[in-house]
Amino acid sequence: MQAFQLHQPNSVASATQQRAGKDDARFLAGGQSLLAAMRLGLNSASELIDLSKIPGLAGIKVDGNGIVIGAMTRHADVAASADVKRLIPALAALAGSIGDRQVRNMGTIGGSIANADPAADYPAAVLGLGATVQTNKRAIAADDFFKGFYETALAEDELITSVRFPVPTKGAYEKFKNPASRFALVGVFVAQTAGGVRVAVTGAAGSVFRVSAIEAALAGNWSAAAAKAVRVSADGLNSDLHASAEYRAHLITVLAARAVAAS
Amino acid sequence: MKADGIGARVTRKEDQRFLTGNGQYTDDITLSHQTYAAFVRSPHAHATINDIDTRAAAAMPGVVAIFTGKDIAATGIGGLPCGWLINNKDGTPMKEPPHHILAVDKARYVGDQVAVVIAETIEQARAAAEAVEVDYGVLPAVADTATASKAKASVHDAAADNVCYVWGHGDAAAVDRAIASAHKVSTLDIVNNRLIPNAIEPRAANAAYDKSSDSYTLYVSNQNPHVERLLMCAFVLGIPEHKVRVVAPDVGGGFGSKIFLYAEETVLVWASKRVGRPIKWTADRMESFLSDAHGRDHVTRVQMAMDGNGKFTGMKVTTTANVGAYLSTFASCVPTILYATLLAGQYATPAIYCEVTAVFTNTSPVDAYRGAGRPEATYVVERIVETAARDMGLDPAEIRRRNFITTFPYATPVGLTYDIGDYHACLEKAVKLADYAGFPARQAEAKARGKLRGIGFSSYIEACGLAPSNVAGALGARAGLFEAGEVRVHPTGKVTVFTGSHSHGQGHETTFAQVVADRLGIPIDDVDIQHGDTGKVLFGMGTYGSRSLAVGGTAIVKAVDKVIAKGKKIAAHLLEAADTDIEFKDGVFRVAGTDKNVPFASVALTAYVPHNYPLDKLEPGLNENAFYDPTNFTYPAGTHICEVEIDPDTGKTEIVKFTAVDDFGNIINPMIVEGQVHGGLAQGIGQALLEGCVYDKESGQLLTATYMDYAMPRADDLPNFTVGTHVTPCTHNPLGVKGCGEAGAIGSPPALINAITHAIGVRDIAMPATPERVWRAIQSRA
Ligand SMILES: Cc1cc2nc3c(=O)[nH]c(=O)nc-3n(C[C@H](O)[C@H](O)[C@H](O)COP(=O)(O)OP(=O)(O)OC[C@H]3O[C@@H](n4cnc5c(N)ncnc54)[C@H](O)[C@@H]3O)c2cc1C
Repeated sequence: MQAFQLHQPNSVASATQQRAGKDDARFLAGGQSLLAAMRLGLNSASELIDLSKIPGLAGIKVDGNGIVIGAMTRHADVAASADVKRLIPALAALAGSIGDRQVRNMGTIGGSIANADPAADYPAAVLGLGATVQTNKRAIAADDFFKGFYETALAEDELITSVRFPVPTKGAYEKFKNPASRFALVGVFVAQTAGGVRVAVTGAAGSVFRVSAIEAALAGNWSAAAAKAVRVSADGLNSDLHASAEYRAHLITVLAARAVAAS
Repeated sequence: MKADGIGARVTRKEDQRFLTGNGQYTDDITLSHQTYAAFVRSPHAHATINDIDTRAAAAMPGVVAIFTGKDIAATGIGGLPCGWLINNKDGTPMKEPPHHILAVDKARYVGDQVAVVIAETIEQARAAAEAVEVDYGVLPAVADTATASKAKASVHDAAADNVCYVWGHGDAAAVDRAIASAHKVSTLDIVNNRLIPNAIEPRAANAAYDKSSDSYTLYVSNQNPHVERLLMCAFVLGIPEHKVRVVAPDVGGGFGSKIFLYAEETVLVWASKRVGRPIKWTADRMESFLSDAHGRDHVTRVQMAMDGNGKFTGMKVTTTANVGAYLSTFASCVPTILYATLLAGQYATPAIYCEVTAVFTNTSPVDAYRGAGRPEATYVVERIVETAARDMGLDPAEIRRRNFITTFPYATPVGLTYDIGDYHACLEKAVKLADYAGFPARQAEAKARGKLRGIGFSSYIEACGLAPSNVAGALGARAGLFEAGEVRVHPTGKVTVFTGSHSHGQGHETTFAQVVADRLGIPIDDVDIQHGDTGKVLFGMGTYGSRSLAVGGTAIVKAVDKVIAKGKKIAAHLLEAADTDIEFKDGVFRVAGTDKNVPFASVALTAYVPHNYPLDKLEPGLNENAFYDPTNFTYPAGTHICEVEIDPDTGKTEIVKFTAVDDFGNIINPMIVEGQVHGGLAQGIGQALLEGCVYDKESGQLLTATYMDYAMPRADDLPNFTVGTHVTPCTHNPLGVKGCGEAGAIGSPPALINAITHAIGVRDIAMPATPERVWRAIQSRA
């Protein structure tokens, strides 16, 4: 791995300052995606800005009818949180399904969302629950946050500080793991929220996306059968070593139905 | 039974250091004035090397030296040898194109090494390696096993049709007659998927040249250091063998992939004299994926002829085996000698013929991998036997019972003589442990839940304890296959054992110590096992083919027996009795029928302090060595039964029960044997369900070059195994042992695939049986 300079700012303001205008600088959260990418030569960052010394970025708070999770909160802490388990058990279970113990002890929700890996789990929860991503500059609605393959609405020097998840009436996540990476081959989050039924899919395309046909079916009839009856088109879905688009399309309905049954 | 003797579940002596992080692996060894190597590897599967410009790289910080294939070829160095000659059906020898240690004219697979950069630090070496500019002329790649012989491109000019050899074994005419007159012939086209070994410790080497003695030391992660030295000195570098010491210290797994002499360590030894400093290289994980010798990769058609009772009358096997871009050390014998000779399986099939076409492709070399030929043979036999049962409407256990070999010794039609076994006993025990009788009820219960249950059998046999050297030699081996051992009794009665076997996960430091402690009647803590160093161990052929205990252990036993024989003479002198009156038991020499005795440690002390000693008749000291060349292979065998439950909505297979009943002969340490079985089963299940090495057929790029894409089995992919043993002691070695290291990986894949095809009701499913493949197979039935 190439050598890099490490900054350890103790405020959001100095962190974003250190990032501003530098193409080769990156925020470092849990390092579980960034460092691997650097080792493989896929990312040539020469300056890393470690977010772990900034007070207040980690932690889980109940806030009215929602849960606010700090950007630096580790997957393991979300999985183990009594509040998350009580209010949005699907989110705790999702966090517990990420990677392995080591990854969960290091990886953070902010890093996962900012990274926007097309097969990552958290994006399905953010989009499926209609969460709001809070940055140092603004609040971004989930529907506006994920822009494409590893692409988000974040500006270069924009730092996620927390994510607010509204508590749904019902919600569940079903993940079908890629047997090699254990990321989502397909993952489906279903939720009944104040804003209506939401169905978000990860792993199946270049970015997390909603499936309006299943949402419509479930809005009228919240049942596994209703979800399973929908035929999802394979157009635009990923075909790779691990699964064809057709199989992924099929899994979307199977997993959506299972999630509804489990909700 | 002695608490730490033969048959006891002694915890592994070596685990203390492994589990506390105190193992000493090759990469842990850093020598003074150490330098580091990075290899420039071809990004193309097939390309001419038009020019290599090293000027920019050479000017980079820390660079000590850069060598290309031309530099090495200019010193007259040849290529890596293949250790086994296979002849074509017409008697002509196989094609053996040169395998340069750095590619000279062409790069022949993605990862082929074309240059080496040596620098002060590993980072500097890698940075400079990236700056080496190679002008490649990209050529069309040959990357598909089945079609390689018809491809337009040629991997080697010397083999224009990419065929290394076409080899035949058995009585073709007899098999054709059996097929023509059969009641039924079952046919199956199957692929044995290519695997990447993935030892947890990547390959590594550290080579040092010492000017004062004009000698070399090579530390290398390797399974057989003496063979490594012999091949490197005698066949490649021309360095006198006594001027090279090869040390294979702790090795973190090999599975066959570290048997071979590789280019990297050979380059390091060659370069170490030129740069005058030690050079270290450790593969990163992607280099391991690209450049370790891979395993399996067969495409096969098999036909089984039967009479009206389901008795096998003849079997015909036609296989295309991919050997990769170059012939690795044992590449040629794996799909031939170690494969076709096992095609009788446990059955009295009277006529068998096998034809193997080995093809070169623009892929990493393929060589022995846990089981080496025998898993491929078992896959063919056990898949066709199960298919034959289905075609005949017979129960899979019943068709096996009707065809089992029951009298021993038994000479198969493919050249082996099984000394002993009891196939019925293993099968019946497995049937019981698996509760086969209860399967229909479980299947119905699963069906009520919307799940598909299936059960599959595999009654495997393997030939281990490689090998009678003369037999191997007649079959083309260019090496002997004996083993050596030395038992050094110290004056205090403590014992150091030197063995030519090598332990890289097998637990020899415990098992071998148990054998010696048991035989000498001393505590196991008084015995240390040393291995893996040509500077200490007299000779060795190393560890592979489940040979260590049967061959290496026997050599040790023979040396122990010499120690005891000499000890008796010393004791006789001390006890003033005739040699022939001395008995040795439980660590004590005794005059038979009296209470006159002297303990082992006193005899040892007397041997080294020979004041009262028959110096006129006997040399002082108590140090014996032995070479043992086996008279036959050993034949571990058993039955595996796998039960699966499949989710038809997703195609996901869950192994609900896996039962393995194995006959390994006598068992020294049941805990270690169970561990070997568990590990082997994990590997076999990995092959059947998860692991698939994929090269792009057009470009020859390795598509599964990281763990993101290559699925290794994890603990939660596996059930709790139900294991049992049935013992028929091997008849031709003193311990009565057969070997257990590969059985799990050999027996399990067909059991699992037989279970899946049974659950779905299809004839075949490709390995790895991924959820999508299974789902599609279910769709094809619907
Ligand atoms: C073996 C392994 C298995 C894994 N399995 C899974 C899995 O099953 N499911 C899954 O979803 N993920 C998986 N991951 C990824 C893991 O969840 C990562 O932790 C996560 O993707 C990134 O989080 P991080 O905190 O490690 O971020 P880092 O790797 O430190 O950073 C990732 C990116 O986000 C940026 N970033 C980090 N924090 C912020 C912030 N607050 N604001 C703006 N930008 C920021 C960084 O600059 C970088 O570009 C796995 C990783 C590994 C190594």
